[in-house]
Order: sequence, then structure tokens, then C-alpha cells
Amino acid sequence: MSVTRGFAGRPRVRNDGLPPGQYDAGDDWPVLSAEVTPELAPAQWTLTVDGLVAEPRTWTWDEAHALPPSAYEGDIHCVTSWSKFGVRFGGVSLDAFLELVRPAPEATHAVAYSHTGYTTNLPLADLTGGRAWIVWEYGDGPLPAEHGGPARLLVPHLYFWKSAKWIAGIRLLDHDEPGFWEQNGYHHRGNPWEEQRYSGD
Amino acid sequence: MTDTPTPPAGAGPAAWTPPTRFAVPGRIAVSNRAAATWQRAVLTDIRRETPRAATFRFAVPRWAGHLPGQHLMLRLRAPDGYVAQRHYSIASPPDDLGHVELTLDHVDGGEVSGWFHTVAKPGDEVELRGPLSGFFAWPGDRPALLLGAGSGVVPLMSMVRHHRARNLAVPLRLLVSARGPEELVYASEYGAETTAVFTRDAPPGVPVGRLSAAQVERLLADGPDGGWEAYVCGSNGFAEHASRLLVGAGQPVDRIRIERFG
Repeated sequence: MSVTRGFAGRPRVRNDGLPPGQYDAGDDWPVLSAEVTPELAPAQWTLTVDGLVAEPRTWTWDEAHALPPSAYEGDIHCVTSWSKFGVRFGGVSLDAFLELVRPAPEATHAVAYSHTGYTTNLPLADLTGGRAWIVWEYGDGPLPAEHGGPARLLVPHLYFWKSAKWIAGIRLLDHDEPGFWEQNGYHHRGNPWEEQRYSGD
Repeated sequence: MTDTPTPPAGAGPAAWTPPTRFAVPGRIAVSNRAAATWQRAVLTDIRRETPRAATFRFAVPRWAGHLPGQHLMLRLRAPDGYVAQRHYSIASPPDDLGHVELTLDHVDGGEVSGWFHTVAKPGDEVELRGPLSGFFAWPGDRPALLLGAGSGVVPLMSMVRHHRARNLAVPLRLLVSARGPEELVYASEYGAETTAVFTRDAPPGVPVGRLSAAQVERLLADGPDGGWEAYVCGSNGFAEHASRLLVGAGQPVDRIRIERFG
């Protein structure tokens, strides 16, 4: 690619935490959901984990909160090029839910889906090993509705469209099945460090 | 809302849909190759729209074409290799072959919009990839109710221009919100399909105020048989406001597409 005449760009700040092509959004946290923000009270919220598991199960808000708490403190990266540093989300590790449903040996992938019907696909390996959470706290407060509250999936090592807002369930599959944005041209995995934005990247 | 899912008997795994309300489906299939390939684009013209916004026209000889409502990714490169890239909605209609137009606000401290507004001149080269995303696209097939604020009107204008260029019979209405007449982009281009709303100051005889429930209710009441496909674009604040008004007036949530500017 050739140099753009007269373009200097913002002052360079060395930041090893910034994946390629991303910029630090600072205090901003843009909202980019494509659907109407649902009015979903905690009492109406449930999470179902099923598909290729030994014991499919649905948790209510209170049941999910009875699991051991776990928090993520770190960075998040959106495909639209912003990254946000040093955020804190509180909830429960997805491992705690998966332990109780016991994934079948043939389960390799998952589709996470929202109470709005939004879907996104993930390899099961990206949801296990302490790398994914169901979260209902942002900072010290409840997760705001426009950011996915009462509860969302959090998979911070992938682009943020994988962290489904208003999470309703996770279905385990023995194959990869593209979700909403993946059917609309986005990459199946979405690793920000390899800049997997669009299918074909 | 979370009734037990019952996958259809005999259906393959691809037929599985979540038990929740179904998401707004994408409108079109998108070309993976076009999305992955960076192309050179030459700036050919700059038109001022408002004190803060201008339209930048590019010649893109290998542009594969787009649908109204789609966006692209643009990148600039500094001499030391630093690259800045941004997503922008496409303003021009598909029939403007080999060209795309973007209308950009001059964002305070914006490194890319700052370059466009203070440095760029015809003949400069940038790189583009796209068109991207089939979700907000409007192929001109269904009656369309468009609600935009500020530069959120850009992808909607591509729809209005397409509607005119093709002389389409399908109904189309645009509600556009701006702070004042000076900040209304494309002001000279609107016709009978458009209602402008002014939130800070308005021309004589036009009330000042946000987009209202009554305005949205009226458009829905006067809608075509089978209703509208609603497209909402603007800041998150506007998108939340407009989508709540639409839902309140009876527009089904699965027929509201939202593009929020971060």
C-alpha cells in the first residue's frame, strides 16, 4: 500500500495491547447493536445450555448468581476498530456452566444466541479454559441494557460481536454454523490479533 | 420469550434457529472477495454540505457495486507505515458505476476525518475495501421508512437517490433530524418523501423539537399494506429514541434495522 499524501496520523503511542488496525477508544464505549434494545428484566432472563451435552439445563437469574463469581479485567476489541482498555466485567465463568451440563466428546462448536434472536458461532475451545464468561456487572454496577444487560456473553480474546448481548443460550454442536454477522460477511472466528474481520481475511 | 426449543423433525442442523424471537434477517448475500480486497481509490471531487460536513467523491475503477445502505472500510497510511482505518457508509447510489461518495463530518481530533477536511484534494489516493455487510442494505424491494439524524442520513440518502434514479414505485419516506437548517446535510436534495426535524433551531414556521411519537405514529398509520421496513441510522442516543418510538407505534422489532454510529 502506498503512503497517503500529507497523512501523519495521531501521535504514536507504543501500546503492545493494541491489536493491528485498532485504536484506543479511551472512555468511549460505542454501542453498535443492529436491533432494538430489548426491555428484559432480570426476573425474565434465563440462560440455557444444551445441544451436545449430557444434561441440558436452564438457569434463572438467581440460579446463575449462585454459581461461583468470576471477573474479567482487561481489554476488549471491536471489529469497527476501537479497543477499550482496563475494563472490568463481573459474572460467572462459562466453565462453571459447562461443567454442570457436561459437553459430549463430539461437541466442537457452539452457537450463542440472544433474547433478541441474535446469533454468533464459536469453536468450543474459545469458550472454555477460563476465557469466556456470562457477565452482569460492568465496573462496579449492573451491565447497562444497551451494552447487553441484564447479562451478556463475554469472550474478550475475540472481536466483540462474538460476546452476544442479552445472552439467552448456548447450543453445543459437532460442526460450525455461522451466526448473524458471520452470515452477513464477517469472519467465522474473529481473532483481533490476526485481524480476522471479514470472511476471507 | 424462552419457550423450549423444538427443532423441526428431520431438519438438518443448518435449519436450527434459536428459541428466542428471531433476529432481523440479513437482506442480501455479500461477496467475500470484495470484502477482503483493498482497492485504490482516487479522490475526484469535494463538495461542501454543511460547515462541518463535506462529500468526497472517489473513482474506484474495480468497484464491484453496492446496494444502498452498505458501508466500506477506508485506510490511510503515514510515511512510517502507521495505518488508520475507518468504516464509512456509502452515500452514492449503486448506478453511479465506478464511483463511490462518502459524506464525512469533521470530527474533533479525528485523524482520518481531519485529513479529509484539511489536507485532501482531488488526485489524492486512498484505499478501500467493500461493500460490507448485508444487514442494512435496501435492494429497493420493500416499502422503506427511513429515520436518520446528523450524518446518520448518509446511508439513507443512498436509498433515496436509488429510489429516484430507478423511478421505483415502492413507497419510501425519510424522517431526517438535524440540530438546525445549517447542519442539515443534502438540504437541497430532499423532496416530498422527506420530513426534516430540527432539534435546536428551525426555519420560520417550523417547530423546534425532537422526533415525536405523533410523527412516527402518523407515518405508520399512513403506511402501505404489509407495513414498512424501518431503517434507523444515527448516534446511539438517536437510535434508541427512534427505535422506541417505532416499537411504541406498533412497528414489529424484527422489521427495524439499526445502524449506530460509534
